[in-house]
Amino acid sequence: MIDEPVVHGIEWTIKELFVYPNEFIYWSIQIVMYPYMTGLVAGAFVLSSLYHVFGQKDLKEIAQFSLVFSLALLPVAALPLLLHLQQPTRAMEPLLTPHFTSAIAAFGIVFTTYALIVLSEIWFVYRKYFVEQVYALKEKAGLSNAMKRSVYRVLTIGAYDVSDGAIKVDKKAATVLAAIGIPVACFLHGYAGFIFGSVKANALWMSPLMPVIFIMSAVVSGIALCMLTYIVIMEWKAFRQRRSGGALKAGEIKGAEAEIISKAAKYLLGFLVAAISLEMLDLIFRGYTAMKSWDILRSVMYGKDFLNIFVLQYGLGNLVPFVLLILPRRTLFRTVIALVLVLFGVFMMRWNVVIGGQAFSLSFSGYMHYEIPVIPHSLETFKEGVFGALTVIATPFFLFWIINKFVPSLRRDTEGS
Amino acid sequence: MKWHVLRPLWVAIGLVGSILVAQQFLVPDDFGVHGRNFTYGYYRLSNVQEWKDFPVKYRGRESCVECHEENVQKLNASTHAPVECENCHGPSVNHPDDEKFLPLDTSRELCLRCHAYLEYPNSARGELLSIEDRRHKRRYECIKCHNPHDPKEDVDKEDSE
Amino acid sequence: MTCSRRDFLKNTVGGSLVSALPLSSFTLISQAEAAAALAESKTRWAFLVDTTKCVGCGLCVKACKNENEIPYDAAVTRTWVERYVVTKDGTTHIDSPMGGRDGFIDDKIRDEEIEPEDIAKAFFVPKLCNQCDNPACVQVCPVGATYQTDDGIVLIDREWCIGCGYCIMACPYGVRFFHPEKKVADKCNFCYHRISNGMDPACVENCSFGARRIANLKDPDDPVAHLIRTERVSVLKDEYGTKPHVFYIGLDAEVR
Repeated sequence: MIDEPVVHGIEWTIKELFVYPNEFIYWSIQIVMYPYMTGLVAGAFVLSSLYHVFGQKDLKEIAQFSLVFSLALLPVAALPLLLHLQQPTRAMEPLLTPHFTSAIAAFGIVFTTYALIVLSEIWFVYRKYFVEQVYALKEKAGLSNAMKRSVYRVLTIGAYDVSDGAIKVDKKAATVLAAIGIPVACFLHGYAGFIFGSVKANALWMSPLMPVIFIMSAVVSGIALCMLTYIVIMEWKAFRQRRSGGALKAGEIKGAEAEIISKAAKYLLGFLVAAISLEMLDLIFRGYTAMKSWDILRSVMYGKDFLNIFVLQYGLGNLVPFVLLILPRRTLFRTVIALVLVLFGVFMMRWNVVIGGQAFSLSFSGYMHYEIPVIPHSLETFKEGVFGALTVIATPFFLFWIINKFVPSLRRDTEGS
Repeated sequence: MKWHVLRPLWVAIGLVGSILVAQQFLVPDDFGVHGRNFTYGYYRLSNVQEWKDFPVKYRGRESCVECHEENVQKLNASTHAPVECENCHGPSVNHPDDEKFLPLDTSRELCLRCHAYLEYPNSARGELLSIEDRRHKRRYECIKCHNPHDPKEDVDKEDSE
Repeated sequence: MTCSRRDFLKNTVGGSLVSALPLSSFTLISQAEAAAALAESKTRWAFLVDTTKCVGCGLCVKACKNENEIPYDAAVTRTWVERYVVTKDGTTHIDSPMGGRDGFIDDKIRDEEIEPEDIAKAFFVPKLCNQCDNPACVQVCPVGATYQTDDGIVLIDREWCIGCGYCIMACPYGVRFFHPEKKVADKCNFCYHRISNGMDPACVENCSFGARRIANLKDPDDPVAHLIRTERVSVLKDEYGTKPHVFYIGLDAEVR
């Protein structure tokens, strides 16, 4: 690993024509990952709230799952920032001395609030289960059972009343939190859009539409991820059961249910249409008003980044899944393809905003090309390279696996709201 | 009545409380709004003095003349009068205390900064006496023939142009 | 009854979180301190660049790197010089190799030969931090690590900067960068350690042609301030509303 001082950004920036000397691609892959992960968090939570608040009974199981999955995603939303900061040991400062004129300072407050809401809601939904586990594990011997029991005892926070009245209050509280959580989730991701939209120095980013576009596409990605993970897990469990047992008995896992998928897909399409419309509006406005930056923006969008924007993001990421989901006689396989493409499309949207905004120089007379580091040869090329991104993507699944051991989100017999 | 419903709230308040306590210990006492307003004046006050105390490297001709009066006067009387001593001799920093001899750049590149021919109309560069580098004594350092303290001195008239 | 419990829950969670942190970030200052802060400072630093005098020697860039301990071979610099060559066909060629640190000795721009007879006009433009009156970079710092002093200079607290890079993205002029060794944001501060002690910035002192000059706009006897007030000067990118305080004489329309 090389330790000599290197100009941050120089290793993955190729400059073309005239670019100011100090300009490099400072906000690279981790800043693409960050809004992507927070978007998944917000979207997963909104999906869960559609059940808890708006009583969409068909969504009950996926709502359970997406609530817990949004908890697994939460710490991962902060991970890209920790990997990006030049001084990660000072990461607490936005909580210690928040400068509220900065959208990033809002992060500390909104993130903490949102984390508390998600944690509280999960607590209310699973409290009865925690209490039951404390009593059930009391009989069992063994160190691992004793340790598990201790964890459950902590998780109950000493509230052992599981009478009908208490459970009713739990449900009401969960509903309230789910309701509060929706605007907070929107705020969490809306301000991420504000981070970019308020930078007047960047001709591509500056737009009042940016926060709304980010929220819409965040919800799209969250719903898609939850649907996809739900399908994969349920189908895997059904596959295992079919292999080991014989016919399915009543009450056993039957795999992903068509009605749930249908309902969720409708919401997905709605938000997808909203997201695409806003982006089209932004593009049309820019072309029509043709401000000073339009020449270079146009050459970036229709030239260098044409593949990334129109083929990958709008084509593969929006249009193709839209068609796949709209066509009749939708199969599970087609749905899975569509969901994967949607997730890819939202990722490309983040990429095209973050990297695309740095593809042209502030001088409007030059370009910067981003070559993402693949094989790391230093800490920086790891953190801001492909492997850093893969670490961020893999972590929520790993966290979910751990959390699910204590907060089972896929069993039909867990009582919740 | 079912007061257990407030337990997560106590956890939340506990967390906020610990952040407030952390602020008391981790945030420097002089951190706050100083001057104009919160937007532009929110900072740690002692940092201003830290920057004022940053060490100076270039001392200027006034400090060179104290010991090197002859060279400075010669320079002042020549066509190179506007050129600073430290342009060629580098920053004096603590000279002569820590460095008896300042590293001197005698390369052609230093002189070419001003005197490399660039035909730029309407530019101050176009008005400087200049040479085309590859056509003028490529093998030699400029100072072999030209005295930087008085460029009109010591030029061997037969070799020029 | 249930209504009030729900409201109580909602309000206290929301209220305590929302109000606790912002209130705690303000230190209490006494009345005397507040009055002193609001009192007018006697200094407002500004800069005057005369592009008609700049010859592109780059000695200012070299001096800045040495004075401010910016690693000499690093491709970042607190100040730089841009070369503009406008050819008769209307094309503008611009370059700034290593920020102009080694001057401009070669007439080739990015390996492109430009014939002298094709040149309509050519000039050099020094640039540095504009110490704006509405600095966008200060507005976006999430932790208060960058700020503006009473005399108008925007400084960076190296001990507090978290290295997020938001200030670098927010600056329309591209003057900010990450210091390769300190791993925090960095930029020109008009050599604050020099001007606060009666000296000129290193770039001003090392410019032999008088292309760079510093001024105190609040000093009625300052000759450079007088020039700024009475000559025709312009600024870079004023459409961003930053109110920059580096003024230019002879700024061409082609300058980016």
